[in-house]
Amino acid sequence: MSHHLSNLTLKVWRQSGPDNAGHFESYKIDSISDEASFLEMLDVLNEKLIGENKEPVTFDHDCREGICGTCSLMINGQAHGPERATATCQLHMRKFKSGDEIVIEPWRAQAFPIVKDLMVDRSAFDRIIESGGFITAPTGGAPDANLIPIPKPVADAAMDSAQCIGCGACVAACPNGAANLFTAAKISHLNLLPQGQAERYKRVEAMVETMDEYFGSCTNHGECEAACPKEISVDVIALMNKDYRAAKFKNRKELSRN
Amino acid sequence: MAQAVMKPGAARGPVSGTAKSREGRRRKPFLVDLYGTAVGKKYAMAISGIALLGFVLFHMIGNLKMYLGASDLNHYAHFLEKLLYPILPEKVMLWILRFGLIAMVLVHIHAAYTLTVLNRKARPVKYQSARDYQVASFASRSMRYTGVIVLAFVVWHLLDLTFGTVNSYTGTKDAEGLKDVYGAVVYTFDRVPVAIFYIIANIALGVHLFHGVWSLFQSLGWNNPRFNKWRQAMATGFAVVVVVGNVSFPVAVMAGIVG
Repeated sequence: MSHHLSNLTLKVWRQSGPDNAGHFESYKIDSISDEASFLEMLDVLNEKLIGENKEPVTFDHDCREGICGTCSLMINGQAHGPERATATCQLHMRKFKSGDEIVIEPWRAQAFPIVKDLMVDRSAFDRIIESGGFITAPTGGAPDANLIPIPKPVADAAMDSAQCIGCGACVAACPNGAANLFTAAKISHLNLLPQGQAERYKRVEAMVETMDEYFGSCTNHGECEAACPKEISVDVIALMNKDYRAAKFKNRKELSRN
Repeated sequence: MAQAVMKPGAARGPVSGTAKSREGRRRKPFLVDLYGTAVGKKYAMAISGIALLGFVLFHMIGNLKMYLGASDLNHYAHFLEKLLYPILPEKVMLWILRFGLIAMVLVHIHAAYTLTVLNRKARPVKYQSARDYQVASFASRSMRYTGVIVLAFVVWHLLDLTFGTVNSYTGTKDAEGLKDVYGAVVYTFDRVPVAIFYIIANIALGVHLFHGVWSLFQSLGWNNPRFNKWRQAMATGFAVVVVVGNVSFPVAVMAGIVG
């Protein structure tokens, strides 16, 4: 038996384009099922706006099952809203109460310029991945599953990092606008595994230095970990820092061989 | 629709982990190269921080001598001036250590300043609604303010007990002909506003250490599931020991235990 929330006030950031000034606009949601997801609630709002011949609210979304990393939103000052380990698409209206005021703002960072309303451009993450977030391997038939033995704890640790969906909540939540959790998750995912070893130190140097071109720096607040919908631990940042230091020594040594 | 984010005017070469051009890049000297990135600057913060932690701890332990009496403290101060004497002339080793400390302070401040500027640039437009921080502690968010308070205090402290600019007793000799450090400490804390400033600054130092000691493990990449749970305990313990030791001195003087 589903219940309904009534009389919600939404304060939504509206901005018509990257270079335009934005502002908060208030909207009323008279009634919404508590089984609706947060994005479905926005869909309802947009249907209403379209019916009134007004511009609907632009926001990022895709799979709506918490695995693609497309949805975003700062909800009441928290990235992905009040529920831990949950992306906005998996946040349900039962986490709110009738009469609540809900403030919705886009991610804010120099590297994430606003495209429109609540939608931001996160392609700075792509620049980091391009610089080393892959392994160079001959393509062809898939190798046998157990060809490369990997200890279970190592596979588990790599998998914990590989869960990163690249949503950018870490950057949004970070008081410094740093992307250390994202970059460290992508680095440790590959650097923990045997397949990632050949390019381990090239990868970490390139990715850290690309990150540096766009983002702030880590001051170990831990807000990223608290905001991460995949609960990636700040431990990966320590691993990145360690590998970066090692890379600075090893890469120089490699170069001096030439 | 989604366009690549490029800094205006910034020419970016290939940054791929396998790109040849990166290999051919001329490298700066190692430390300059490392210090060029935010992660490297955090290494500088952590390493200079460790040096300063060592100083703060031994400074506090040395000062505990005042509970043994004037003669013990004054002899200890004299011992510091005569470190490695007669291998080196008097005060030379002391000044070597002092220059080391000054260098560490400058590195710590420069890294903090440049990283703060970088962080401000990383979010030029602030959140327009109230942020709801989940885990960031008061200590972690006030590092730059507690740091500035501690720096102001260090300047005052040097003018007070080292150079004597604001303490007319500093430099007076005791009955044995040694500098009467004990008398200077009593003189300074008999002034209540000075004692209060001293206590506030030390609490700020404690808050700074509480975050700094934990944070340095992350910055240096010292992360091991076996000792991770001790990192915060160590930070708390270190901060408490230093603050309790340091704050006890003005309290002891004002309570008449020392003096």
